[in-house]
Amino acid sequence: MFDTDELVINMGPQHPATHGVLRVVLKLDGEKVVDADVVIGYLHRGIEKLSENRDWTQIVLLTDRMDYVAAATNNLGYCETVEKLMSLEVPRRARYIRTILAELQRLASHLVWLGSHAMDIGAVTVFLYGLRERELVLDLFEEYCGARLTYNAMRIGGLPLDIPSGWDKKVLAYCDIQDEKIAEYETLLTQNRIWLERTRKVGVIPGPEAVSIGLSGPPLRASGVRRDVRKDEPYAAYEEFDFDIPLGTNGDTYDRYLVRVEEFRQSTRIIRQAIEGLPEGPIVGKVPRLIKPPAGETYHANESPKGEIGYFIASDGRSTSPYRLRVRPPSFCNLQALRRLVKGHLVADVIALIGTIDIVLGEVDR
Amino acid sequence: MIDLLVIPLIKIVFVLTGVLITVMYLVLLERKVQAWVQSRLGPMRVGPHGVLQPVADVLKLFVKEDITPVRVDVWVYTAAPIIVLVPALIAFAVIPFGGEVHLFGKTISLRIADINVGLLYITAVASIGVYGIILAGWSSNSKYPLLAGLRSSAQLISYEVAVTLTLVSVILTAGTLSMVGIVEAQAASRVWFAFVQPLALVIYVIAGLAETNRSPFDLPEAEQELVGGFHTEYSGMRFALFFLAEYTNMIIVSAVATTLFFGGWLRPFPNVAWLWWLDYVPSWIWFTVKTFLVLYLFLWIRATLPRYRYDQLMRIGWKVLIPLALANIVVTGIVKVLL
Repeated sequence: MFDTDELVINMGPQHPATHGVLRVVLKLDGEKVVDADVVIGYLHRGIEKLSENRDWTQIVLLTDRMDYVAAATNNLGYCETVEKLMSLEVPRRARYIRTILAELQRLASHLVWLGSHAMDIGAVTVFLYGLRERELVLDLFEEYCGARLTYNAMRIGGLPLDIPSGWDKKVLAYCDIQDEKIAEYETLLTQNRIWLERTRKVGVIPGPEAVSIGLSGPPLRASGVRRDVRKDEPYAAYEEFDFDIPLGTNGDTYDRYLVRVEEFRQSTRIIRQAIEGLPEGPIVGKVPRLIKPPAGETYHANESPKGEIGYFIASDGRSTSPYRLRVRPPSFCNLQALRRLVKGHLVADVIALIGTIDIVLGEVDR
Repeated sequence: MIDLLVIPLIKIVFVLTGVLITVMYLVLLERKVQAWVQSRLGPMRVGPHGVLQPVADVLKLFVKEDITPVRVDVWVYTAAPIIVLVPALIAFAVIPFGGEVHLFGKTISLRIADINVGLLYITAVASIGVYGIILAGWSSNSKYPLLAGLRSSAQLISYEVAVTLTLVSVILTAGTLSMVGIVEAQAASRVWFAFVQPLALVIYVIAGLAETNRSPFDLPEAEQELVGGFHTEYSGMRFALFFLAEYTNMIIVSAVATTLFFGGWLRPFPNVAWLWWLDYVPSWIWFTVKTFLVLYLFLWIRATLPRYRYDQLMRIGWKVLIPLALANIVVTGIVKVLL
């Protein structure tokens, strides 16, 4: 008598909460999600293939366009991989400035995440607060390299520019503001009953499973797995700084929120140390006029705000472009967890869960 | 003749235009308040500080193309926005905006009608609006509006129970169903019912938020989840009707809250004798100020809180608010009998 049907709805690619052009095909039983199918590829630009026809130096520009919310981190990962392939020595000052840029970028990216995640759950004000502070980071980047989104801020073997005079003071001033504002976001969310009810026990993923799915970054750490490339395989100047890796225990959406909020504080902590200890010296190492890495292949990973971004590069030693460039995009790998996360939850949770894994479609599709 | 026909007609015209203009500017106020909370400026372009923005919005909505999607149920689709708006507007008939004024040698009471079941009339009329929402979601022949329509029907019905139960405790306290009678009861007891029935006030405000689909209970139109909610397929003036209805309902909920809990058109602190000079302010101004303070609370909440999930919302309604409201009625009754 009571016939029940599963309702199939398309969430995206044109949907206000899918962070760009993600399509999730949801099978619903009432409001409950029975199954979800993630369809990607709407933003595919063939960046990996394009790289095979570009100079080694030109590829930095392409990496900007992957995770456009954290372009400097992408630049850093690529440049370091090529440096590793060519065994180039990067001056200490350059490594320090790179660290500062990468951490500023982490702050900017987490601010966008916090804002959009909160807005998806209905707290619109946090979004505008987040973007207000992100604006300050963008101003700092603009002063450093002239761009606000796609920075092209690194070069193989070093940096294109030294920091402008007075920039370090501004960065420190920004860190003070940011630390203050984190408390402001937290008053709006951390102890908020509605926020707790919406995020606690939603999308729980235990540690071993998180590892087997291949999660990385804050989602992995929120499940209690201690893995941070900055500590485990230090790059840039990270081994010289003191910082903690925040860990979660339950692996739910609330823990992922807490982990990222704590990362704000750790990032400003790293930036302060880097500015204080900023050494003098050149900003570019001894780089040959023509960049032509020897034949061979290498893999190198960075801790991007989204997770572990790795570059695998193969060079044939003859041409001035890579034989093959392959990116391990954290958003793509983390997005795999979505299907597992949303099963059994309600439609409203799907939105919260897309937000909590913090994806950028430019990086998923490349 | 004049008393029977002309004066009520003039009143109706006044109230209708007043409500519609208030709604227009309430939208602007909402955008401004949200902007201030979010450290923005809000509308600034049309007129100084955007004061002409509502006019521009209305003009835009009027000239927009009115799209009727091909596979909708045309009759229901057309009727739905009307069913939503009309009950919201006619509920104003029994709202007492003020006391009495003397104009051209006549004593005019600032209300359209004072029927002895005013409160019952408002709850009855307000519940008709739900049909419009369900019908809109259903007739659109589209999945998101359908889901939103289902959500809102469940939500509105459950919260209406809570609202009505709080009204019962106020009726018990006042001993009358007439809106004017309730205000007069507060004048007689020289204290606002907000202090007599604090629990009822809290439940009323929470359930009122849910009944008007306001944040944190704005699930039927949760744009991050269900695109535009039940009015996704509506455009132009038809969409504007839903919009109007939502804000009109907000005003009604605030106006009823003012009447029931904040002494209606009475001046603040009716029990403090040396504040007698406050009586020189016209009564309708007190009413408007109080209503807008309640409205401001609505806007403030919207700018601050995240949104509840559907199942949590139902749980709060049935497992928290309704039992509390029932307990409140019982306590009120016992106190009434004992005193």
